[in-house]
Amino acid sequence: MKQLMRFTINGEVYEDTIDVRRTLLEVLREGFGLTGTKRSCNEGECGACTVLLDGKPVASCLVLAIEAQGKRIETIEGLEQNGELHCLQQAFIEHGAFQCGFCTPGVLMAAKGLLNEKPKPSEEEVRRAIAGNLCRCTGYNKYVEAILDAATKASVNKK
Amino acid sequence: MKYPYVKRLPGFGYLSPKTVDEAISLLSRHNGEARPIAGGTDLLLKMKRREAAPLYLVGLKNIPGLDNIDYDDSQGLGLGPLVSIHAMETSVLVREKFPILSQAASTIGSAQIRNLGTVVGNVCNALPSADMIPGLIVLGAKVRIANIGGEKVIAIEDFLAGPGQTVLAHDELVVEVQVPCLPPYSGGAYIKHAPREAMDLPIISVATLITMDEGMCSQVKICLGNVGPTQIRAIKAEQILRGKPFSAALVREASEVASKEAQPRSSIRSSAEYRKEMVRILTARALNRAKEEMK
Repeated sequence: MKQLMRFTINGEVYEDTIDVRRTLLEVLREGFGLTGTKRSCNEGECGACTVLLDGKPVASCLVLAIEAQGKRIETIEGLEQNGELHCLQQAFIEHGAFQCGFCTPGVLMAAKGLLNEKPKPSEEEVRRAIAGNLCRCTGYNKYVEAILDAATKASVNKK
Repeated sequence: MKYPYVKRLPGFGYLSPKTVDEAISLLSRHNGEARPIAGGTDLLLKMKRREAAPLYLVGLKNIPGLDNIDYDDSQGLGLGPLVSIHAMETSVLVREKFPILSQAASTIGSAQIRNLGTVVGNVCNALPSADMIPGLIVLGAKVRIANIGGEKVIAIEDFLAGPGQTVLAHDELVVEVQVPCLPPYSGGAYIKHAPREAMDLPIISVATLITMDEGMCSQVKICLGNVGPTQIRAIKAEQILRGKPFSAALVREASEVASKEAQPRSSIRSSAEYRKEMVRILTARALNRAKEEMK
């Protein structure tokens, strides 16, 4: 069963006739070519598919595309604004927070979701916020340091 | 577990009712071939694994007002079917009046799951390891079920029928979980014993509720998770403390009795013997914590 669906992704409107069984993850990657969001476990366990829905981090592999309509969808492609990296992205680079980079978009979106809700998180809150993101490479510590650093910078710059 | 590696969803028709009555009528019309979908974190997962393949999904997300958390001092708490685990965890009201429920919600999955999954979904999925259920049981919660004929309210213990099974018929919808107010000097605690800090189902879990009245435990409830086909109340353990003062010796005795009441299985995650032993240790811990939380 296909239906015309309209999405607001990173502030832009995307539209297509899509099968109702498609998940948001499939539509982002395969429908609209936004491959920054990764498919890893495809069952909501690993966090690689994390995007923001109305500012909240969700596992896009468990969201039906049809139910993502009418919501503000933010993906990794939208973090950068006007050619400038988000302070989270900048902090990740400065701290050497990622290695292979595959889990990184998911961690960035989970971190953004955290800062949306708690602009000045504690270390424990940061660790809890990325607890749903599995990383094979890094051991997580630099991610945590980078997020804490970005949080202090963001509150200074009010980004 | 055998399931297709690629994990794409099977085909289905998506129905989008605008009211609860419309949803129930759709469920009824499709005679078992339609299932309601709230957060989707359990149902879509089952469908990906081909453990469920309904011909229709009845999406509840377009029905307004289903994500309400209602409260008043006489009726207690009312949770709609779309109240997310995250909303439950962060609600100032729930944290103040029923902290055991915010505690339980905070142990579920990850942020990405808590923002999608719902409290009612956790109850209806009815896993023996479900994290919201033990707390709801010790609080004396009820479920309000709607069908074409009308509505009925039943206790949550009577709603659960077995592992992953409830008494909900295919043409019925849970429209509310009701939690009555707590008497003063009540305290509760939920302890989830799991290998990791997040994302795991509990090996076992314990929820306790104690109400004190003039130095005696007037109300004692202990609910054990994942040590039986459904969550169970440790009735004999409760009787050890009920009507008596709260003492370390009685807590110890109650925990031993609770451990005997538990009927766990051995599974890939843990042996039955370990589960029984952890029931003994965590029941004591949860009783002590409930006493500390009392206000």
